[in-house]
Amino acid sequence: MSAAATTIAHEAPPQSGPRAFIRRLTRGDELAHLITLVFAAGILLLTSMIVYELWINSHLSRTKFGWDFFWTRIWDPNFDNFGAAPFIYGTLVTSAVALIIAVPLGLASAIFLSELAPRKISDGISFLIDLLAAVPSVIYGLLGIFIVVPLMRTTLGPMLIHSVGNVPYIGALFRGPNYGVGFLTAGIVLAIMVVPYIISVSREVLLTVPREQREAALAMGATRWESTWQVVVPWARTGIMGSIFLALARALGETMAVTMVIGNAARINPSLLGPGDTIASTIANQFTEATGDLYLSALIELGLVLFLITFILNGLARILIVLTERGGGHPS
Amino acid sequence: MRKNILIVSLVLAFAAIVGAEGTIDLNAAGATFPYPIYSKWFDVYHQQHSNIQINYQSIGSGGGIRQLLAGTVDFGASDGPMSDEQLAQAKFKILHFPTVLGAVVPTYNIAGVTGELNFTQKALAGIYLGAITKWNDPEITKANPSVKLPADDIVVVHRSDGSGTSYIWTDFLAKISPEWLSKVGKAATSVNWPVGLGGKGNEGVSGLVKQTPDSIGYIELIYAVQNNIPYGKVQNAAGKFVKADLAGVTAAAAASAKTMPEDFRVSITNAPGATAYPISSFTWLLIPAQIQDATKRDAIKNFLKWMLTDGQNYNEGLTYARLPKEVIAKESKAISLIQ
Repeated sequence: MSAAATTIAHEAPPQSGPRAFIRRLTRGDELAHLITLVFAAGILLLTSMIVYELWINSHLSRTKFGWDFFWTRIWDPNFDNFGAAPFIYGTLVTSAVALIIAVPLGLASAIFLSELAPRKISDGISFLIDLLAAVPSVIYGLLGIFIVVPLMRTTLGPMLIHSVGNVPYIGALFRGPNYGVGFLTAGIVLAIMVVPYIISVSREVLLTVPREQREAALAMGATRWESTWQVVVPWARTGIMGSIFLALARALGETMAVTMVIGNAARINPSLLGPGDTIASTIANQFTEATGDLYLSALIELGLVLFLITFILNGLARILIVLTERGGGHPS
Repeated sequence: MRKNILIVSLVLAFAAIVGAEGTIDLNAAGATFPYPIYSKWFDVYHQQHSNIQINYQSIGSGGGIRQLLAGTVDFGASDGPMSDEQLAQAKFKILHFPTVLGAVVPTYNIAGVTGELNFTQKALAGIYLGAITKWNDPEITKANPSVKLPADDIVVVHRSDGSGTSYIWTDFLAKISPEWLSKVGKAATSVNWPVGLGGKGNEGVSGLVKQTPDSIGYIELIYAVQNNIPYGKVQNAAGKFVKADLAGVTAAAAASAKTMPEDFRVSITNAPGATAYPISSFTWLLIPAQIQDATKRDAIKNFLKWMLTDGQNYNEGLTYARLPKEVIAKESKAISLIQ
């Protein structure tokens, strides 16, 4: 882009002085360049300022606990002993559960809407899905409290304990006591929240796959499903990945809906049915009443940790995208 | 005609500006628990003294203390008194003024149990420590001989957000149970709970209790009364089982009034007296002892005087217990400390 801008600048007769500068500005290119550059730099500045603020304000906690902050399993405001391990665990587990449920669901819906459904129906449903994405998270939290929690306590939870709970190894994930609130419930509510993102973005991406790709596959004798699964989806995989990571980002940072259904216990519970807590939920719960300097500093460090987790996961996502592109996806 | 309208509106605008110059804006922030009564008071006071406007943000006691220390508000409000450490940190002297009283009550949901349960002090401490795990534990059954309690596991519910309600609850537990004091620590807005699930706010705790069979939680008396949530009796220092009501809370405060320190930083949990409800507490306004701006100073002092007299009449309507006479007398004297 900058190369193009310089060529255009060179095409204009070389002039100097303020009048020439103003004329160049009014022509648009220079101005557009400047404005977009400032805005783009603003985002960079904003991000670094957030990190800077978190870093400075978490000083007390960082110097006191050091790296132990990451694996200490105690969060005790009364004795000024803070560790993020239960919250890191809760954040990762709930997000993982959410993605395990939401990705197949979202992807299947997106494929149906873009490849199989009549265009009119597809557009209508997409509109509803976009509406779902705009619903405030507290509404999803209420949905969780009034529907998912009772369902989990009376039906789903006991069913899981008595079936999967007896399977060796993974059975440990589905042991009682079953309160209805917990990691799994939070994961399910998160899945409901993020699935519209996956569907909406994936559908758009699938729709951009050129018609020729499909026709070629069909001409080669592929069935409609084969053409979809082996040609269209791989072509769009970068965009689909993008939609999944958008969903992950939302799941990692979700506060209100999670805090309403996760049970808010600062413990590492091996069972998915047990109560836990996430980083975002803990900050939201405790920030207003945190009085001690170290307590406040530890809460801010939690924010820093969440930033770090998002950063690492995004980095991994980039690597994954590069790797899959090498496998023959469309380099978009 | 049009000119006239213009002139009239200009005059009106001028009058409004002049009027605005005469108003005194006071900013305050802090506790959420007394927010309903504070907003009522500030509203009524503004109606009676149209030149005084008090803006109160219920951002939580912790936030109120922080803002007061930072000097961004004229006064703060807190559900727990400031610690010696916090007062030492402050660049200026801060006075505590009790305003109303609140109480915290145990609420529960046990299949087949409809009557009111009696909770001994040991039972509540044991349940929240995780030492008492079944509803038919002897410590619970001996206080409730007429109730048939199931052999089910107790599901403990506590607040997940930092809150004055937790402060009062843990203040009580720390006072009656040495084990609680050593394991969980002194009164605090959030603690490292040994057992249980967390619910956000009174509505979160009562919602969890209502939904979860065999559960117990604690909520503010005002919330329980306004929402018709049944709650249990608690054993007080005299050994009597008392059901929380406004009179019992005021009785607890009156019992503590004699031994009240001059700075009003006092805990009234487990107060003596046969009628005193043991899980009660004051909530405080935090006011700087030195206020430079004379108009603001007078406004705050006058408001405090009003709050201690006429203001108290609004308490019962909003389910807050009124201050006992002894405390009001002491506070009225203390107002002169603001200079």
